[in-house]
Amino acid sequence: MLMRTRILAAVGVGLALLATASACGSSKPKTGTPSYAATQASFAAGSTMEKLHNAGKINIGVKFDQPGIGMKNPATDKPEGFDIEIAKVVAAALGLKPEQINFQEAVSKNREPFLQNGTVDLVIASYSITDTRKKVVGFAGPYYQTGQQLMVRKDDSSIKGPDDLSGKKVCSVTGSTPLANIQNKYKSAIAVPFATYTECVQQLTNGSVDAVTTDGAILLGYAAAQPTKLKVVGEPFSKEKYGIGVKLEDTAFRNFINDVLQKAIDNGDWKKAYEATLGKSGNAAPQPPTLERY
Amino acid sequence: MQVLIDNWGSILRAFLETLELAGLSAVVCLIVGSLLAVMRVSPIPPLRLFGSGYVTIVRNTPLVLVFILVVHGLPELGLKGSFFTRAVIALSVYTAAFVCEVLRSGMLTIPAGQAEAARALGMTFGQNLRLVIMPQAVRAVLPPLTSVMIALLKNTAIAEAFGVAEATGKMDDLVRDHADAILPIFIAFAAGYMIITLGLSRIVAWYERRAAAS
Amino acid sequence: MTSVLYDPPGPRGRRRILLGTVLASLVLLAGAGWVVKRLADQGQFEPVLWEPFKDPDIQHTIALGAVGTLKAAGLAIVCSMVVGAVLAVGRLSAHRPVRLVCTVVVEVSRSIPLLLLMLALFLAYPQQLGSFGALVLGLTIYNGSVLAEVFRAGIQALPKGQSEAAFALGLRKNQVMRLILLPQAIRSMLPALISQCVVTLKDTALGYVILYPELLSKGKSIYITYFNIIPTAIVIGAIYITTNILISKLAEYLQRRSEHRQKNQLGKPTLMPLDPLASVEAAASGTVT
Repeated sequence: MLMRTRILAAVGVGLALLATASACGSSKPKTGTPSYAATQASFAAGSTMEKLHNAGKINIGVKFDQPGIGMKNPATDKPEGFDIEIAKVVAAALGLKPEQINFQEAVSKNREPFLQNGTVDLVIASYSITDTRKKVVGFAGPYYQTGQQLMVRKDDSSIKGPDDLSGKKVCSVTGSTPLANIQNKYKSAIAVPFATYTECVQQLTNGSVDAVTTDGAILLGYAAAQPTKLKVVGEPFSKEKYGIGVKLEDTAFRNFINDVLQKAIDNGDWKKAYEATLGKSGNAAPQPPTLERY
Repeated sequence: MQVLIDNWGSILRAFLETLELAGLSAVVCLIVGSLLAVMRVSPIPPLRLFGSGYVTIVRNTPLVLVFILVVHGLPELGLKGSFFTRAVIALSVYTAAFVCEVLRSGMLTIPAGQAEAARALGMTFGQNLRLVIMPQAVRAVLPPLTSVMIALLKNTAIAEAFGVAEATGKMDDLVRDHADAILPIFIAFAAGYMIITLGLSRIVAWYERRAAAS
Repeated sequence: MTSVLYDPPGPRGRRRILLGTVLASLVLLAGAGWVVKRLADQGQFEPVLWEPFKDPDIQHTIALGAVGTLKAAGLAIVCSMVVGAVLAVGRLSAHRPVRLVCTVVVEVSRSIPLLLLMLALFLAYPQQLGSFGALVLGLTIYNGSVLAEVFRAGIQALPKGQSEAAFALGLRKNQVMRLILLPQAIRSMLPALISQCVVTLKDTALGYVILYPELLSKGKSIYITYFNIIPTAIVIGAIYITTNILISKLAEYLQRRSEHRQKNQLGKPTLMPLDPLASVEAAASGTVT
């Protein structure tokens, strides 16, 4: 019967899809990412560093959907971005190669639970250091300082900062802090919520909104992808310090990572990481942040 | 609880936005849906094809995808309107397919004798449709049509991810700022929606009883 | 084609239909042409935007998304059938408190937007549920309630003789429900059940809003990289439409077969004839999401 053949065909296609899904996983050659010298320092016995070094792999939670910071390239199926570069720097200090890093997606709400239950060893995911969070996780860093900023169309000179937003449409993600800041502090602006930053950027380029707002780091990522159409303007009007999340009790690991970060800042690796990712936006590398040890 | 009292005004405004969105979309999709239904039963093949193709495609697509196509796609066609307008278009395009099917089923339940009698009396296709078939069909389809309208009201929630400041988006905002009060906030918004949907069902049921009595 | 509205056309009618056909075709083609031209002007048909889809890795990503959708939909469908059956039986229970609780659950779940429910679950229990849990739980509660109404209608539509005979045979109420009424109700409501499956599949797209990696979200990761929202939406849409049409065709096929079978067994159909309004109402009242 015709119906039967059609159903069998559909089932066949479905199985084929499932087979491809599980079977394939090629990788494309990566061009242009810097590499960081792997050090073979010895580690204190029993420390997390030693355990990771001996295990030959490390689990790191990153973002998969923020261009320039942490984004999974659907072609290579590997994440890329500034956070990923920092991850590689830390891994190199543990004697691990980039291939030995197991990147997991850490959406904003999962970051603390993932650290607490050991799903990941580190979280490097545009993770802002706050006192509330310091009660449940430890922070090394900050490795990047940013704040809420605005992104506008390249040819738009009417908006130079948050005070120029009166009557303008400003887009950000539903339920996000940047959107809340606009709604609460800049009431003369029109807050437009969307599900993803990329949709906001789409509405910016097609003229439906006048600005996109979120952490400057994220905006730089988008501007880096379309430098002829977009630009980031103004000084940050909030303060966000991105830190590396570790388990709360692991002070030794935290200190180790701070040392690694300081070395990377001093020997230019930090700048290398920036220029390979966010630097492509055309904004020059900012001053590296001062680490806050505690 | 305090959160709800403090934000009383903006919560109400958010629900008002929801009602506006739903109301406007309802009007548009009823018109478009009726047009589609007429197309599907017309003797002109291309119209029939367009009608059934439209319904098949739209009924099998998630509403979120329709929103993406409308909200991001219309500007590419050069049609720029407010996000509210685009949400109305997306909701109407989607719901019109369901309205069409409900109306068409309604027409099918009308005994053939009605139309034949009308024709025997000399009415044209248009008169037949307008004076005999449609009124009876409308009365028969009132219950499922109400369901479609209520579903439309609930679907306005999706607009929160596409630039419209309606009720569900407001809940999202409030919970973000007051995560500890999530239960009372949710109950309040659920109650708000329930008042509207159950109220609507009641009104229609009352109207049906009155119409049946006549 | 319904002939209830007009007699077979005579020669003048045929000419008018021909005229109408030509006019309609012109208008439709012109409309389609305008849309295509505007999109092309905006560069939506540029190969660079569509090339990613030829890449097997991208296809892999899409396949992963499809698997994610099927996982969530499959689990949700199974769970909601169970929940639906339980709620339906509960609503028909002789014990008032049970009836009340089930009625309240069903009515509340059907009166609020599914997205509201999912968002609340996702925001309230991000650790325990995650986006997968929130998606499936929300779908289960919602579709369970819709199915409860479908089952209830099915049970109540069965001829009273069925339950009377069962009681006469000495079966207890629980057994009557479980062994006699429910199976028959499920069989007769099969089309409505399967169209609810299509609805559930479509509703998994709400995972897009709460960040679950289903088909639409995977599409998101593609358009984030390649800035091709429209082509991605079209491709993903085609996948949804094809899948759902196949499932609906399956439903029609099963319905036709079961009607045949009933006819053959008893010489005349014992199923309620498929009332067009009832099935549309069942489908429409479920969710239009």
